[in-house]
Amino acid sequence: MLELRSVSAGYDGFQALSDVDLQVRSGEAVAVLGPNGAGKTTLLRVISRLIANRHGELLMDGRRYDAMPAWDVIGLGIAQVPEGRRLFPRLSVEDNLRIGAYLPAARGKVASRLDFVYSLFPRMRERRLQLAGTLSGGEQQMCAIGRALMSGPRLLLLDEPSAGLAPVVVQSIFGLISRIRAEGYTVLIVEQNVRQVLGIVDRAYLMETGRMRTSGTAAEMLSNDAVRKAYLGI
Amino acid sequence: MESVFDIFLLEAVLNGLLLGGLLALLSLGLNLIFGVIDVVWICYAELIMIGMYAIWWLHVGQGLSLWLAFPAAVVLVGLMGMALHYFIIRPVLAAEPINQLLVTGGVLFFLQALATVIFGIDFRNLGVRLPGFSVGDMYFSSARLLAFAVALAAIAATWLFLRRTFTGVAIRAISQDRSIMPLMGVNPGRIYLVTSAIGGALAGLAGCLLVLQYDVHPAIGLSFGPLTFLICVMGGLGNLIGGFVAAFVFAQFISVGGFLFQLEWGYVIAFVFFIAMMFWRPQGIFARSGR
Repeated sequence: MLELRSVSAGYDGFQALSDVDLQVRSGEAVAVLGPNGAGKTTLLRVISRLIANRHGELLMDGRRYDAMPAWDVIGLGIAQVPEGRRLFPRLSVEDNLRIGAYLPAARGKVASRLDFVYSLFPRMRERRLQLAGTLSGGEQQMCAIGRALMSGPRLLLLDEPSAGLAPVVVQSIFGLISRIRAEGYTVLIVEQNVRQVLGIVDRAYLMETGRMRTSGTAAEMLSNDAVRKAYLGI
Repeated sequence: MESVFDIFLLEAVLNGLLLGGLLALLSLGLNLIFGVIDVVWICYAELIMIGMYAIWWLHVGQGLSLWLAFPAAVVLVGLMGMALHYFIIRPVLAAEPINQLLVTGGVLFFLQALATVIFGIDFRNLGVRLPGFSVGDMYFSSARLLAFAVALAAIAATWLFLRRTFTGVAIRAISQDRSIMPLMGVNPGRIYLVTSAIGGALAGLAGCLLVLQYDVHPAIGLSFGPLTFLICVMGGLGNLIGGFVAAFVFAQFISVGGFLFQLEWGYVIAFVFFIAMMFWRPQGIFARSGR
């Protein structure tokens, strides 16, 4: 479904990604693990075209899209839940969700998609008229995931969905992501919460200083020495 | 004697209400632009002046019906708003606020000078006088009543547009977080252009209402441009509801203050009030906390 071929990218004078290869097949859940500053967020920003790659190729369904403006990427079926959730704090929950269906192709389906998101997150239906800025951290994450689902994507990019949340809430967010998987979405998730994320994905990549260090199935990664030493504290 | 005083005070209050509607419309466009794009169109009143001249030229000069001249002016100034954004604002979007202020200030003087070159310094009017009417001992201008009604209708329409349409929600969203808008499939440049068109069209509409009450001349922007800006500041720049309320507060100061003392004193009192407000609540009366 999604493929990156030797992609490099960065900000002025700073190379954040070097020669990155990545593949996500339809129906898979894939995690990208790595420490702070490894380039994980940059990776997702490149996939969404928020920053341009310097070298390499981005492909969705076998077609290159690395010349496309960022606002057209969602039309390919790629939606991102950005780091820190980034809701619009002074819009209501429902307006936050509605803006997720801004694409002309998605507008006609707003009512049915709202129903779908509300059935997935009943809490959001209760709070639909509340300003998003007044939600708790976990609720904000639900709202941000719901907003991404409103465009009817096939591939969902999640950037550190557990960051800044209490451990109990983290548990429930991972539970929600598993349910979203079960709904048939393909998921690419960036996480530092290694043990938990390996419990819900099929495969994972390990990134360090802008490069892919290793990759494998979730089980392989759990028994990988580098992963165990650095992230699982074993 | 006492009852006469009361009825004229009531007349002043009601006239202030009518003026408030018009001032609210004037401040709405400027406020919308600032709230969404974060740039102050210092030349906003000059766009209104262009609208007034356009109507005068089309109606008096070309003999076009006012019913066609009014919408033409709204469209023209709307397009000017887009052009202003595209050619003048867009290149300085990332620049310091003072540069943005100076560049729109430059447009202010450019438009004034241009109007002087094309139309001269004469005062022009449509030669249309809408009749006044009396209620008891009170006298009202129907041009003012019309301006009040149209202004409120335009404000309501803008409000509904911002709440109910996808573009409207995107306009409100982009003012809160610009950089992630592409993740929703929104092209920020396009939303800015749409917002500028709306801001311009509202200026054009204000021109329609003002040209029924006032003569147009190249410096007319100075007589209500500063007032419009102060209303926006007092309501909290970019806060549409705050600007709406501030317009009515200001209008009462002008109207009732002018009645109790003299017309000019109404403005003096209003501006003294404004300066005092700036000491008391520099973010505006209705500033949002935490911004």
